[in-house]
Amino acid sequence: MTDFGSVLFVFVLATFIGLGVIRRVSRLLYTPLMSLTNAISAIAVVGSIVVTGAEYPRGIRILGAIALFASMTNIVSGFLITDRMLKMFKKQ
Amino acid sequence: MTRLIGELAAVLATALFIFALYWMNDPKTARRGVFAGVTGMTVAILATWIQPEIVHHGWIFLAIVAGFAVGIPLSRVPLTAVPQRTALSHAFGGLAAGLVGTAEYFLWLGEHSAQLTPFRTSALVAEVILGFLTFTGSLMAAGKLQEVHWIPQRPVTYPGQNFVNLGVLALAVGLGVVLVLYPTAPWSGQVFVAIAVLALMFGVLLIIPIGGADMPTVISILNAYAGLAAVAMGFVLDNKLLVTAGALDGSSGLILSIIMCRAMNRSFTNVLFGAFGKAQPALAAGGEEKVWKQESVEGAAQLLEQARSVVIIPGYGMAVAQAQHKVRELYDALTKRGVSVKFAIHPVAGRMPGHMNVLLAEANIPYSALVEMDEINPEMPQTDVALVVGANDVVNPAARYAKNTPIYGMPIIDADKAKTVLAVKRSKNPGFAGIDNELYVLDNTWMLFGDAKAVLGDLVKQFSGGGIH
Repeated sequence: MTDFGSVLFVFVLATFIGLGVIRRVSRLLYTPLMSLTNAISAIAVVGSIVVTGAEYPRGIRILGAIALFASMTNIVSGFLITDRMLKMFKKQ
Repeated sequence: MTRLIGELAAVLATALFIFALYWMNDPKTARRGVFAGVTGMTVAILATWIQPEIVHHGWIFLAIVAGFAVGIPLSRVPLTAVPQRTALSHAFGGLAAGLVGTAEYFLWLGEHSAQLTPFRTSALVAEVILGFLTFTGSLMAAGKLQEVHWIPQRPVTYPGQNFVNLGVLALAVGLGVVLVLYPTAPWSGQVFVAIAVLALMFGVLLIIPIGGADMPTVISILNAYAGLAAVAMGFVLDNKLLVTAGALDGSSGLILSIIMCRAMNRSFTNVLFGAFGKAQPALAAGGEEKVWKQESVEGAAQLLEQARSVVIIPGYGMAVAQAQHKVRELYDALTKRGVSVKFAIHPVAGRMPGHMNVLLAEANIPYSALVEMDEINPEMPQTDVALVVGANDVVNPAARYAKNTPIYGMPIIDADKAKTVLAVKRSKNPGFAGIDNELYVLDNTWMLFGDAKAVLGDLVKQFSGGGIH
């Protein structure tokens, strides 16, 4: 039995935290912010891993493997390009 | 035991993700944020992989290797291509959500139909609609940004467009309601597929009427959609980590969308349903035809050399011409002569939020010289020279009063208030909004026509050896 109430609760709290934290992000860094949050939201990878790796019919696991590939691409390219951009910001 | 490790890992990953975003509040700590994010992600992936229900490791391994093989080259694109890379990654995020949703639905439809409770089916429908519309919408946006030849760059509009678009979306949502009511009927699988196809269509239709200057807003909205798709996936899988990370992404997209909307004086509804980016016919400013005054490179160099303070206003034209390194050389030449040089950054300059900052940082310009519009505007009247490099609508004084233009009410950088304005422009065509820029015909404005990189290169030469010593 799942508990949707508590998931909803988490969603509301996480949104408030998100709004509070993002509002403080330096305006200089909006482009890297977008690539960073993009990499973080690729946490969808955990759903893909389950669909790909569990004892499911082959067709379903193929969908999972494509999703896993897409999420992994976002994770790798998102974190790497964020770091590459942040390295360029120098004070003087 | 592995369950407990999984739960603890999720909590740890959540905390690390929040810290990652928190550290983005200052360029000095921002790289720490990437480290926190990578750590959180690694912990979450490993904790999921060791769960007992995961039995097919080969496929997971292969998909991860393939993700690295594509992800590494994608992270090395030139920085002018960052907007399309970002759009492409939103597309991948949407695709992953849509596919996982599809897989889960058919899995439960086949074997565990008791899992398809009304709440979960609703979440599945939301996941699939958001995921697939983000997928095709972001692919279209990436195509427009990359200037792929078979996707029209100019906004495409037709009568009844909003009606068609909203009709497609309404049909998808309506079918979604049907699916929630009858999740396991013999025809439910077909309904699910129809919803997915409609969502894919809607994504394309949504982006067709959008032009380049609206891309910062559109990319931000797609970012929010991608985050919400991940949230919906979290609801489907009852996974709090997914919900949290998706909510962080969604709120980031939301805040950036609001900032971009404000910077263009557009409301949210106007952006979503206003057939935005529609080019309006050029409007004559009225009265006699004013003429451009052209300045030579030598003359411009002299003006800059004699100035005490210079404000450079970059726009998309600088990115197109890849002129940021020449801008840096000019910055060096001027600061060496004791001229104070600052950069005025309009929030929607370029093709995505923060685009100009990244390009200038790439050219090694210190970020302390990059100043936001609100901070620079009070200084403009005391500025000797405003140098406009490939910016257009964001410095058009008509935005202050010309009610019949699409840019009316948009906050602008007050370039016209500087004592002298030098504008580098590729051609004499009007800007994206299709209206004449009055800045160019003001008494204190001189034009430098040509490719920004070439013009700035010539200017720098004047300082280094040629005319001025």
